Amino acid sequence: MSTAHVAGDGSLATAPEVTTYPELDRPEHFTRANLGWVPWLEPPTAEELTEEQYVGLVDRRRDSSPYFRLLALDPAVLAARTKADIDIFHTSSRDGDGLPRPERELAAAVASRVNGCVFCASVHARFSAQLSHREADIDLLLAEGVESAAGALDPRWSAILNAAEALTVTPPRFGTEHVASLRSVGLSDEAIGDLVSSAGFFSWANRLMLSLGEPENPAS
Amino acid sequence: MSATLLTPPDLLDDVLGVSEGDAIDAVRRSRPAARENTQATLTALFALEDGADGADVPTLAERLAVATFVVGLHGESPLLAVYAADLDPEVRDVVTGLVAQAVRPGPFGVYREPGLAEESVEGPRWAAPTDALGPRLAAALTHAALLVQRPRESSPQALAALLAAGWSRTEIVTLSQLVAFLTYQVRVVAGLAVLKESRS
Repeated sequence: MSTAHVAGDGSLATAPEVTTYPELDRPEHFTRANLGWVPWLEPPTAEELTEEQYVGLVDRRRDSSPYFRLLALDPAVLAARTKADIDIFHTSSRDGDGLPRPERELAAAVASRVNGCVFCASVHARFSAQLSHREADIDLLLAEGVESAAGALDPRWSAILNAAEALTVTPPRFGTEHVASLRSVGLSDEAIGDLVSSAGFFSWANRLMLSLGEPENPAS
Repeated sequence: MSATLLTPPDLLDDVLGVSEGDAIDAVRRSRPAARENTQATLTALFALEDGADGADVPTLAERLAVATFVVGLHGESPLLAVYAADLDPEVRDVVTGLVAQAVRPGPFGVYREPGLAEESVEGPRWAAPTDALGPRLAAALTHAALLVQRPRESSPQALAALLAAGWSRTEIVTLSQLVAFLTYQVRVVAGLAVLKESRS
């Protein structure tokens, strides 16, 4: 990997802590491919992580990820964020009246598509497609965007797409008409709460992934 | 630190007017760890006092100024008064004035990915003036506007600008978490407020 250092004005030189990747094999579109991610700030190595920072990772195996090692520099925030993430997304065994997992992943993919996070969109489009077995619908969202996909898909996914988009834009446009539309396709209040959380969480995740590094294509 | 910001048990319940056992309380408690850890993130971001041993974190005044700015960029939110309450009145006036300059709908911006060029949306890129706030806080607000409004335009150069203004690597991680967390918190409050309204 070749790296260069850039200063605040974009000229090469004075800020040794920023890494760029002139030769990186970058994705050119939204994709379900298994992308990598490279950091612009150098994360601690696994050996350098303190025990407190390991606690921040929650799952120690996350020490293989440069993204999580970088976030571990603020371990208290990372720990709380990770526990919220797990409860919002990885709780399919207790969906109850909540939003089924594939549709929480769909909301995450929509937020990522709207914000322009190619990396996050790839992960959550892949999860949603695998869990829902609706690869073509997901690929339509990735290729054409939320508005086109919402116009083409069934009423339930269309309502979820429109609501997740309305939660993602600034200022949020989510209104009682979205709630009415979600209820009309069968979502309970708990499920609408899950949609708010899962779309909202990706406003957070997208901004970290987009601003601390960038995606790369899988090694061919 | 105001009475409200870190008062247990839960800021979101406070600003939404949730009471124990009501419909929104039931919704929030159906994902109890998400509820608790949204509050725990807030605590992690704001509880640390200035001058704590070995701390490599932005000052509390910087964190509150950034928070007030970020929430302000989202228009009306009951969270705004909470973050603004503890800000020095002079700084608060400056930040409020900068919000008025910087606010615009998002997300927009130019894609790095060549295949997405057709979806790029141009718009005015706001940068904070350094005269009123000093270079460190100005750099933070410039970065916050980037992250809130056109996150797809993030770049290594933007991080280099923070480093050049005196932000350490660890502080940049905390600043990024702060801005990004607030974009989530504002949306959860907005979404649940609408859900609450639709029930009454």
